Amino acid sequence: MVKGSQGVKSVQGAKNVQRTKRVQAAKKEAQTGDAVTVERREALAGRVFSAAGVTVTPLPPAERVSLRAPEDSVAALSRALGVTLPAKPKTSAAKAGRLAFWLGPDEWMVIDEGGKDPLADCARVKALHSAVGISHRNVAIAVTGPACEATVSAGCPQDLSLAVFPVGAVSRTVLGKAEIVLYRAAEDSFRIECWRSFSDYVFTFLSEAARDAAA
Amino acid sequence: MLLIRCPYCEEERPELEFRNAGEAHVARPADIAAISDEDFEAFFFIRSNPKGIIYERWRHIHGCARFFNAVRDTVSDKFVMTYKAGEPKPKKLPGVAK
Amino acid sequence: MADSFRISGAGRFSHAKTARFTFDDKPYSGIEGDTLASALLANGVHLVGRSFKYHRPRGILSAGAEEPNALVGIHRDAARKTPNVRATVQELYDGLTAVSQNRWPSLSFDVGAVNDVASPFFSAGFYYKTFMWPKAAWKSLYEPKIREAAGLGVSPDQPDPDHYSARFAHCEVLVLGGGAAGLAAALAAAESGVRVILVDEQAELGGALRFESAARIEGQDGWTWAQGIAARLKAMPNVRVLTRTTAFGYYAQNFVGLTERVTDHLSSPGMDQPRERLWQVRARRVVLATGAIERHMVFADNDRPGIMLASAARTYLNHYGVAVGRNVGVYTANDSAYAAALDLKKAGVNVAAIVDLRDNPSGDLIDQTRAAGIEIHGGRAVVSVGGKLRISSMTVQPRTGGKNQRTIPVDALLMSAGWTPSVHLFSQSRGKVAFNEQVKRFLPGTYAQDCISIGGCNGTDELSTCMDEAYAAGLKAAKDAGGKTAKAAKPKVEADEVWSRGMLGAAPGAEAGTTVKAFVDFQNDVTAKDIRQAVHEGMRSIEHVKRFTTNGMATDQGKTSNMHGLAIAADELSRAIPEVGLTTFRAPYTPVTFGSIVGHARGSLFDPTRRTAMHDWAERNGAAFEDVGQWKRAWYFPRAGEDMHAAVNRECVTVRKTAGLFDASTLGKIEVVGPDAAAFMELLYTNPWQKLDPGRCRYGLMLREDGFIYDDGVVGRLAADRFHVTTTTGGAARVMNHMEDYLQTEFPHLKVWLTSTSEQWAVIAVQGPKSRDIIAPLVEGIDISDAAMPHMSVREGKICGVPTRLFRMSFSGERGFEVNVPADYGETVWEALWAEGQKHGACAYGTEAMHILRAEKGYIIVGQDTDGTVTVNDAGIDWAIGRKKTDFVGIRGMKRPDLVAPGRKQLVGLKTKDPKVVLEEGAQIVADPNQPVPMTMIGHVTSSYWSENCGRSIALALVAGGRDRMGETLHVPMPDRTIEVEVTGTVFFDEKGEHLNG
Repeated sequence: MVKGSQGVKSVQGAKNVQRTKRVQAAKKEAQTGDAVTVERREALAGRVFSAAGVTVTPLPPAERVSLRAPEDSVAALSRALGVTLPAKPKTSAAKAGRLAFWLGPDEWMVIDEGGKDPLADCARVKALHSAVGISHRNVAIAVTGPACEATVSAGCPQDLSLAVFPVGAVSRTVLGKAEIVLYRAAEDSFRIECWRSFSDYVFTFLSEAARDAAA
Repeated sequence: MLLIRCPYCEEERPELEFRNAGEAHVARPADIAAISDEDFEAFFFIRSNPKGIIYERWRHIHGCARFFNAVRDTVSDKFVMTYKAGEPKPKKLPGVAK
Repeated sequence: MADSFRISGAGRFSHAKTARFTFDDKPYSGIEGDTLASALLANGVHLVGRSFKYHRPRGILSAGAEEPNALVGIHRDAARKTPNVRATVQELYDGLTAVSQNRWPSLSFDVGAVNDVASPFFSAGFYYKTFMWPKAAWKSLYEPKIREAAGLGVSPDQPDPDHYSARFAHCEVLVLGGGAAGLAAALAAAESGVRVILVDEQAELGGALRFESAARIEGQDGWTWAQGIAARLKAMPNVRVLTRTTAFGYYAQNFVGLTERVTDHLSSPGMDQPRERLWQVRARRVVLATGAIERHMVFADNDRPGIMLASAARTYLNHYGVAVGRNVGVYTANDSAYAAALDLKKAGVNVAAIVDLRDNPSGDLIDQTRAAGIEIHGGRAVVSVGGKLRISSMTVQPRTGGKNQRTIPVDALLMSAGWTPSVHLFSQSRGKVAFNEQVKRFLPGTYAQDCISIGGCNGTDELSTCMDEAYAAGLKAAKDAGGKTAKAAKPKVEADEVWSRGMLGAAPGAEAGTTVKAFVDFQNDVTAKDIRQAVHEGMRSIEHVKRFTTNGMATDQGKTSNMHGLAIAADELSRAIPEVGLTTFRAPYTPVTFGSIVGHARGSLFDPTRRTAMHDWAERNGAAFEDVGQWKRAWYFPRAGEDMHAAVNRECVTVRKTAGLFDASTLGKIEVVGPDAAAFMELLYTNPWQKLDPGRCRYGLMLREDGFIYDDGVVGRLAADRFHVTTTTGGAARVMNHMEDYLQTEFPHLKVWLTSTSEQWAVIAVQGPKSRDIIAPLVEGIDISDAAMPHMSVREGKICGVPTRLFRMSFSGERGFEVNVPADYGETVWEALWAEGQKHGACAYGTEAMHILRAEKGYIIVGQDTDGTVTVNDAGIDWAIGRKKTDFVGIRGMKRPDLVAPGRKQLVGLKTKDPKVVLEEGAQIVADPNQPVPMTMIGHVTSSYWSENCGRSIALALVAGGRDRMGETLHVPMPDRTIEVEVTGTVFFDEKGEHLNG
């Protein structure tokens, strides 16, 4: 359900992009010999919302791992993943299509947007850790444009100014009545991760907030 | 809405991200199956409910998800300090007269 | 023109831009920039409302947010009717429709005014004393009637079509109040580079400079200077200026609630604009520049329309270009009213006389007034007024009494008893006010938060001193919050006005012993006499006086009345004002709409609605849904012509005969991973886990430490160090929290981690004798034969080419599987299974059939058959406890004396004697139906259904000593009959459990 009214554009373009990615993913799996005979249906397929200064867009599917590990294992896991797991609160690391979010003192979310499987990388690590696949648990939404901060601030109580929440900052927090993981991808772009069944609420909330973000 | 310093996130965060989890420093007896009714009552049911300084547990449930301990004044509702779970009860409290 | 009181050349708005409006259906014309009040006054309208209790005619007292009288309804359309809008705050727009309130049949003739005549009966405490007997009449008669007659405006009766938005904001310096002081402080702070938010409730910044015509700053008149500073601030990237915005609440740690009125002043607001915007601001430092509010004089009939605050009359003249009368009188106890008289005189309005309580008023202002030819009556008081719907004269006599009275005709009376600093927000911040005996004011004393008060709210009178104080405060606030040193120079004040002194309490003629109506609180109709009566009746604390008289308890929160009320009470008690104390100021400062508080959280955003991956399929296939927490779950799937009963019966029978597909996705799922995973499971669940082989499942039962059942679910061991735990749908979040709590704080030594995977997996339960045949063609890499994959086992493999965790388990008592697939594939795998199922005649079934099928087997549902006071033994599932275990959560609690005492309620089955009768869930059970009421209740029904498979009704119940009552007849008394039931075991269908492999 995309709400459109005066001054606000509804866009349907993203559906095609997602479909292309889906086909690519299916092809890739077919190459490895396991044909997927059913289609993947994303929770927010086809939904995009634009208002003055901000666009709310679902991001394509990605591979995600919830990674838990003691300090001793971090180096080995970082090597296997090809990205250094950040040690400082509210920070992230990014390398070659792979994001690592600090979520807690022994907790990271690893996201791979390049079609590689971080879960398999973790499986090769002998050092003590817990890696659980959550690719389908989460849905990602991009909030992009000069009014992105105002949009997210409609429901997130954290100070999101660049000085306090700089590019690369990431935090689990709340948006209205839903829990989210908020990542600042660029000065004018946030990536919001939420659980699949909350994605409708989060997307609708962001769309409503976007209408008022130029103020 | 209060601001609460999470000792794991090392900064103050809005109260909306937290959840109170009752009194702190109430350790579950290691031999719980063997304790008397009176000891179980003291462990499970009896809480101090003080006017003034209280030691309590909070969870940064919508943040780093860690449980931690906090010292709060129940009269002013002000947090005196917070510290990580498992750390001992602080001997000295900043800015609090005995 | 109709605006006969509009003065050409006065005011700050172009007379060319007119705005038409109606008041009580009568058309008027005003100009853009007017408030409703100024526009009404421009048309000579003073009578705008009736009072709350006595229905006395009321006019416009003020020109701002403190207004107690001029409350009107603003009607935009059928759905947009806002009651109790202050006419002094409502900006005029073309087409505005306003109606008066609290009158019938009309404003000038109001039947309710009989209350005024009968007022001796309506004195303070009237309601408390009168409607005491009979007690029952209070609820049925008195209260509804009183409520009907009382109350102010009428609430809208349609849903609010407007939308409201919200924003969290953060800044280093928040300045509340945009008068001279607030502007100077904001400028100083802003120049130092920190984030500044400046807030003012008016449409334009400037505060008291709206009316202070004599002020000159930086070579300009005060108002022009203010507009220049405002423009400068608005242009700065680090400053947000919020006008038409009220700081209504000051909460802990400098958290301030602001409500911004975005469209209330617009003729035709765009639908995309929110009507209001709630700002929740967190500031490092707060600067309070909330000014001061003028007090009225407390004298007989001081509420007549046409009697108003001197500063209000001056505002209407200097800002709106409106004279409040043609022949005005002034009644004052301080100097500031003289400035109003002078301004009016200069604008050509006749000032009949100034009556000053002070014996020998003196000073420059008084000299100027005298020089302007205005009569000054020092040492005199206004003791009565003529006119009812509008003042027509004032009667003056020496304040010390005597017969030397003189009646002076006036059409308006301006009054000033002095100024009360607005310490509301300071007080809300938990700061303690202190009484300054010299100036008779409560001023900010001890601060509780990082804020500072400046200007009028700090008791600073002279503009030049205000400016110094404000500028320094702005600089310091910015510096304390991390700013640099400011570059801008402090604004220079060349000419200013001084307000000080005045009086508190009743004026002569309304003192103790008099019976006149000298109003202290206009909105709640509280007179000086009422306050004295409260003291006479034994109220000693101001808090009691307030509640007895309702002084200061109206929506204006006593902005004009509190100090007078306090002084009168103190006088009557012969105690000093600080000893009697000041009542607490509470949020909101002025009324806040529900819309503003609700913000975005309405409609689909009221609460998240969670839908499973298969939701759309269920919707397309006609499912009825039920709410389970935030989830929408398919309840049943009616076919054409079927009601719920028929659909559910068919689904139940089909599952046992062939098979059914059920969406079990909402179950909580937690992945427990680590070398100590089994050890952790041992501690959190009653069951033994160490010896459970990978690939096998077990029913897990979780207790709280107090020994009561908390949750349950099937747990699969995927590997030595990995468990796939399921929880109840409702328990998912709290079970995770419970497990994390123990792991982090009691068992931190265990090497194990928990991850919620509830939403990673969509779960399709395929249950029934044909379930294996249905999944077989789609499953790859898993041997699903009974030998290879017996009941209660789990395998990982593929289905439809998608990774699956396949559970062989049953919540129906039939052979069954639960197919877990990554959520985005849930719907399409379901569709594939559905296609296979169709070949076997399988159905889709919903939660209702699921509930019945499990009840037929006596499987409990935690939260339905248990309620937080049910033990493992009560539920009859002792087999779930690992007997050799030495510890698990609840192991000690479950042995508490009360939990092992005989006679506890135990879960049993009930069969009604008449198999067609279905019991009501929650119904109470008694042993002897003929005992006197109140009966001894020995239990209650927890689950009850029609079971098509059993051909009769079935029920589960918790009954005292139930398992010793097998075969006993008990009774369920209902309002119309008593139902006989037989106590049975909990399994109603396939007692031997043969269907699990059938």
